[in-house]
Amino acid sequence: MTATDHAPLAYPFNSSEDLALSEAYERARATPGLLRVQLPYGEPAWLATRYADARLVLGDQRFSRALALVHDEPRASEGKRDSGILSMDPPDHTRLRSLVAKAFTVRQVEKLRPQIRELTSTLLDEMEAAGPPADLVDRYALPIPVAVICRLLGVPEEDRPRFRAWSDAALSTSSLTAEEFDRNREELRAYMAQLIDVHRKEPRDDLMTALIEARDHDDRLSELELVDLCVGILVAGHETTATQIPNFVVTLLDHPQALSLLRAEPELITGAVEELLRFVPLGSGAGQPRYAREDVEVGGTLVRAGEPVLVAVGAANRDALRFTAAGTLDITRSGNAHLGFGHGVHHCLGAPLARLELQEAIGALVTRFPRLHLAGDITWKTEMLVRGPRVMPVGW
Amino acid sequence: MSWELRIDTDRCIGSGMCAGTAPDLFALDDDHAHPVREHLTEHDERALEAADICPMMAITVRDANGTEIAPR
Repeated sequence: MTATDHAPLAYPFNSSEDLALSEAYERARATPGLLRVQLPYGEPAWLATRYADARLVLGDQRFSRALALVHDEPRASEGKRDSGILSMDPPDHTRLRSLVAKAFTVRQVEKLRPQIRELTSTLLDEMEAAGPPADLVDRYALPIPVAVICRLLGVPEEDRPRFRAWSDAALSTSSLTAEEFDRNREELRAYMAQLIDVHRKEPRDDLMTALIEARDHDDRLSELELVDLCVGILVAGHETTATQIPNFVVTLLDHPQALSLLRAEPELITGAVEELLRFVPLGSGAGQPRYAREDVEVGGTLVRAGEPVLVAVGAANRDALRFTAAGTLDITRSGNAHLGFGHGVHHCLGAPLARLELQEAIGALVTRFPRLHLAGDITWKTEMLVRGPRVMPVGW
Repeated sequence: MSWELRIDTDRCIGSGMCAGTAPDLFALDDDHAHPVREHLTEHDERALEAADICPMMAITVRDANGTEIAPR
């Protein structure tokens, strides 16, 4: 062993110009113990790549998110970010989460299915009327989740261009300095604070009004928590779904057999979306490190108290110890307990809504256009925490 | 006057929210969660919270009269 054997590997591994899972993850999964990695900023971290290890780190209370705030958190950009509810542990986390959880349960979200179906249909009509080629991101993938989260939260849809820029910046990596990142966050907070004022004066039937009541009548959260929660819901509520819609389309176009099967049996869409959530590694790399509160053994490595662990869910989702034919896209797969929405207390709040939007968006698109194809080169997002097309020209 | 905790395994997706929030009340098997004890003699607010935040609404809490008190 030389000194270089001990030096942490530069991370992230994945390229930002495709959706492949780096081979470095396969090597890591097959090697006992955790890998040592170094992100562009912050201290070195352990990297968990196996399914069982991922579930342990994400699900066990011996690991904390809040401790990241008092450490030099491993991160992709210079600015340290307090990610609000994502930087909290129970019981603070539970207090905030329970305020918004009701709006996103399966039962509640299912009520939105008819309007989402109508929305996809209208957008497809407009694309058809304008004729090919069309940018799938701008004409379809983005408008769907933006419209849904805006109505649900109570944000004017016509402000989309404004918060698109803020939200891009919130998820960007090395392109922003710490100052730029802070300025952007303050602008987004000011925008939301002004909307909250409007809602205070004129209460409406939306989530923002419900959260304002929880603050003003029951004092269940602070004003800053209220603002950051609304910002978080707006950003998280559209960016990932808007990115996964074109990602899933690219992946299906790469797997013509799966796509024909889905067209022949449209009722397979529910399982197909679960399988795509497992198969498509969305992140350019793992983020949101968990800090050990005490010494914990993970996958043959003793993680010491105060050390951070990153969890590569994209790699864990292709762990052959958990999934049969893990590297194969199988839209008929059963028992698909993937980690696409994370695991543990920070499991995606909006998972039921994201599932519904993805099912409706993908199902309607592939059914409407039997000859859907790429009509030019994809422009990829770069320097973002999530990977996916920024522009995706399609024809039909 | 105990509370009864139930998890509908058809609904449960093993998200780990409940076990992460209150590991002494809920535990996770491979794919599903289950209550550590089905009857709680001490009224623990966290059981109600876990039922509230479960994304699948798979957890129900009933009071001694059999009335559903969570999810709220």
